[in-house]
Amino acid sequence: MSVDKPSWRELPPGAIPYLSSAEYETGDWGVSNPSIDLSRCTRCTLCHFYCPEGAIRMGEDGYPHVDLRYCKGCGVCAEECPVKCIRMVAKA
Amino acid sequence: MKVPEKQILMGLNGDEAAAYAVKQVNPDVVAAYPITPQTIIVERFSEYVADGLVDTEFISVESEHSALSCCVGAAAAGGRAFTATAANGLALMWEITYIASALRLPIVMAVANRALSAPINIHNDHSDAMGARDSGWIQIWCENSQEVYDACIEAWRMGEHPDVQLPVMVNLDGFTLSHTLENVLTLPDEVVQEFVGERNFMRVRGHMGEAEFRLDPERPLTIGPLDLPDFYYEHKLHQVEALKAALKAIPTVDEEYWEVSGRKYELIHPYRLEDAEIALIGLGSTMGTVMHVVDELREEGVKAGALKLRIFRPFPEEALKEALRGIPAIGVLDRAISFGAPGGPLYMEVKTILYEEDDRPIVVNYIHGLGGRDTPPDLIRSIYKNLDQARVRGRAEERVVYAGVRG
Amino acid sequence: MGEIVEVRFHGRGGQGVWTASLLLAQAGLREKKYVQSFPAFGPERSGAPVTAYTRMSERPIRIHSGIYNPDVVVVVDPTLLTPEVAEGAKPESKLVANTTLRGREVRGRVKAEGLETWILDASSMAMKILGRPITNTAMLGALIRAVELVKLETLLEVAGERFTGRLKEQNLQLIRAAYEEVVRE
Repeated sequence: MSVDKPSWRELPPGAIPYLSSAEYETGDWGVSNPSIDLSRCTRCTLCHFYCPEGAIRMGEDGYPHVDLRYCKGCGVCAEECPVKCIRMVAKA
Repeated sequence: MKVPEKQILMGLNGDEAAAYAVKQVNPDVVAAYPITPQTIIVERFSEYVADGLVDTEFISVESEHSALSCCVGAAAAGGRAFTATAANGLALMWEITYIASALRLPIVMAVANRALSAPINIHNDHSDAMGARDSGWIQIWCENSQEVYDACIEAWRMGEHPDVQLPVMVNLDGFTLSHTLENVLTLPDEVVQEFVGERNFMRVRGHMGEAEFRLDPERPLTIGPLDLPDFYYEHKLHQVEALKAALKAIPTVDEEYWEVSGRKYELIHPYRLEDAEIALIGLGSTMGTVMHVVDELREEGVKAGALKLRIFRPFPEEALKEALRGIPAIGVLDRAISFGAPGGPLYMEVKTILYEEDDRPIVVNYIHGLGGRDTPPDLIRSIYKNLDQARVRGRAEERVVYAGVRG
Repeated sequence: MGEIVEVRFHGRGGQGVWTASLLLAQAGLREKKYVQSFPAFGPERSGAPVTAYTRMSERPIRIHSGIYNPDVVVVVDPTLLTPEVAEGAKPESKLVANTTLRGREVRGRVKAEGLETWILDASSMAMKILGRPITNTAMLGALIRAVELVKLETLLEVAGERFTGRLKEQNLQLIRAAYEEVVRE
């Protein structure tokens, strides 16, 4: 994939990265995504804290929601969920 | 001696001169770990802190690696940060020296130059700072305590210049300067305060829009995280440019400092070079002794000259070429060895810039003064004699001479 | 003597030899002279023979190497009168010694017959005035009598700032007494 990247003159000084992690969408990594059975979820927030990417946010409804633009499919959330209500589902 | 109006004549050794200047600058953070022969800087400064004479947060750290890391944090947060070290301490900082410069943090660090182990040696040579010569810092080299005082004030303005934004290393020879009391003319606190002013920040385009280059929760910035091969190289070019800019910025700071202090500093200080047939180039306190010898040789009719390199990084290539043009034989004094290299570090650079000259001079390297070995006038006279023989013969017998070593 | 006067102090670690060289330099500074003061560089070694140095001049001092041919040698400790202290002395150099020996005997000990010698039993003097055999300030008084590098008043002024209370009075008394009693022999 060749993308036009800026010359050094166009980059800000001070070792500021070209793009922030917000702009690097890693949702195309991995082979599965988490699926949360909200009916069994206790809203303990562990999945939110364990997610290495910060891709699980606690919504205003009090339940966790996965932002698939960033989920790398690592499965940590499913592993750590104390009531096992998260299941890794293969990408279609 | 004449003391200019409003200045105060003090007797200070190099370390005390550094501490006193930094006290007058009153930086936000000093983080340091004591190591001979820099110790007096840290001791004096901690006394200033204890006596309430500065507002500085003094951080006693457990290592030099931490000392410079603290300075990186403090400077990244927008503060003025100072540290001081020597020899093995600087070696332990090595990793962070590159980070400080790449992050464009105008930290000021005094280095009381000392030999590197092994064997352990607490005395002067330039191995420590020469080991950090590629790390992207500005390097100032001082001849006496007065220059140490002045450099520790000017350094802030050089490093913080809008086009520069780089850390600055002030080098003073261990013991020969650090522990030698000399006449030092000092400026009033308010003059120093006014000269250094407030810290300048770069304006950068961050992820949340344009911001001052400092860590501020209101204007978040990410600095120095992972670069892959597609960006690292570009980021290094920023440092190349900043050091080039420093070559132009430093003389403007010197000019301003001249106005407030009456002391005029330059990138290089040629001494009686106009009609010189033989000249020695070098760094630091030895150059004082060299100039002393030049005066004696001139009285004897020898056309000797000298050139003190005050700014070693960025390397003042054009100024040097200009000053050295027409001198048939040049000796380069190196107080460090670059093991396995064709010569000492300063020699290699001087010779490199002379390669494209139409009329290339004879260039001889004189290694001297390792581990505190004294470089007295007699040794310098013998070096001039050796250089003059090379001039007469039209070539150097030996390209690298280990002067003053037992053969 | 040349333009730069070079003084070498001999004593033992802990006897205030560096302090002596510093006080002399500070006094020179007070008289707007150019000065340098430095110890024999290295680790502190209590009781070991040590040296310290002062340079003084009416013109800027650029030289930054050790002192090898002192114009004046000051021996603060009487047990150090060996040929080592006369090393590098020039024919016109002067020796100022803390000793109970006669000038002739001192020259014999240091094996330098031609040396202009100034002697003072500074240890006894210090015992009497300070109650301790610390002779660095006394020998400064003796030194500036032998060679007027700085005025007595200037030395007293600088020494007076270095010490406080009873110690200050005693040291000033000691410097004055040494200045009076040192003799060329």
